[in-house]
Amino acid sequence: MTDFVNLWVYLSATPLFGLTATLTVYVLAATLSAWLQHPPWANPVLWSVLALALLLWSTGTAYPVYFSGAQFIHFLLGPAVVALAWPLWQRRAQLRARAPALLAAALLGGATASGSAVALGWALGLPLEVLASLAPKSVTAPVAMGIATQLGGIPALAAAFAVLTGLVGATTAKFLFDRAGVTRMAQRGFALGTAAHGIGAARALQVHPDAGAYAALALGLQVLLAALLLPPLARLF
Amino acid sequence: MELLKGLTLLLLCQTAGELLSRAFALPLPGPVLGLLLMLVLLRWPLVRQPVEAAATPLLAHLSLLFVPVGVGVVAHLGLISQYGLRMLVVLVLSTWVGLLVTGLVLKAMWGRDDAAGEAEGEGAPA
Repeated sequence: MTDFVNLWVYLSATPLFGLTATLTVYVLAATLSAWLQHPPWANPVLWSVLALALLLWSTGTAYPVYFSGAQFIHFLLGPAVVALAWPLWQRRAQLRARAPALLAAALLGGATASGSAVALGWALGLPLEVLASLAPKSVTAPVAMGIATQLGGIPALAAAFAVLTGLVGATTAKFLFDRAGVTRMAQRGFALGTAAHGIGAARALQVHPDAGAYAALALGLQVLLAALLLPPLARLF
Repeated sequence: MELLKGLTLLLLCQTAGELLSRAFALPLPGPVLGLLLMLVLLRWPLVRQPVEAAATPLLAHLSLLFVPVGVGVVAHLGLISQYGLRMLVVLVLSTWVGLLVTGLVLKAMWGRDDAAGEAEGEGAPA
């Protein structure tokens, strides 16, 4: 038993643990999701996160120890954002033809997502720095943290809101779209990228290439719009 | 080799984006500027095949890349739980508002200009 404990202490202190655990859990969750034909509730991000959190908690592993391995995966987010240029480039003619509709939807969708979060939070009596952390919640987590800081919010809280927003969007969007009659894959994808950023876009890419490309565009537009518009808007209040 | 070339191009664009963002104190993060640079770079036919070779597998597994951040959120759940149910209500409702407004605006403005639209598949469930 002590041998096992020693081995565990050794392994869990190396980056190998975080990296291997993340990949193993994700491959299992993704395989299960594919086997069930990708129902929204079987979202691989959601279940991987829950399983890994449980693993860290039950083994008493601190997050920084886990992250020393998981950072190699986390690092790829940057190049992946740059890679979104590829699906955009492939559909550039279609996107240019639809520019007015897409721009209007990105502006209105982003504004109502952010506005309704702040308004509801205010009505429910949440403190000011929480409201400032809610404003950029439909932008991908690293960007949301930067914007929240500028607005006087709490970066860690902003990242948490962004991730939770992405998970809520990715797991419930199908239900909403079916009821609202939003049937086109391109439209569904664009809405996911707008209101649920990267995690929504990942869901869209999993479902359909058109949904994925439009989600990629929406994700990029949200970052541009939020970074340019939110700080000057917040100064008005 | 195409994959490695493509990955190098992605990283070069990101690095250039980070440098621009820092040098001019731009409100846009490095990777987003990198995306814009890559869109310009893709006008050059020579880079297209390598970029496709690297972008396709990266984007196919985009979900995986959010797992480490997600675990961090759960690890810091105490921060959110102090606001309890109110927080959950705000997050869920505002996300639904955003999804519905975006989807319905697009639906209303998509129009009959379906020259580009009809080819888009509608079979798979989202």
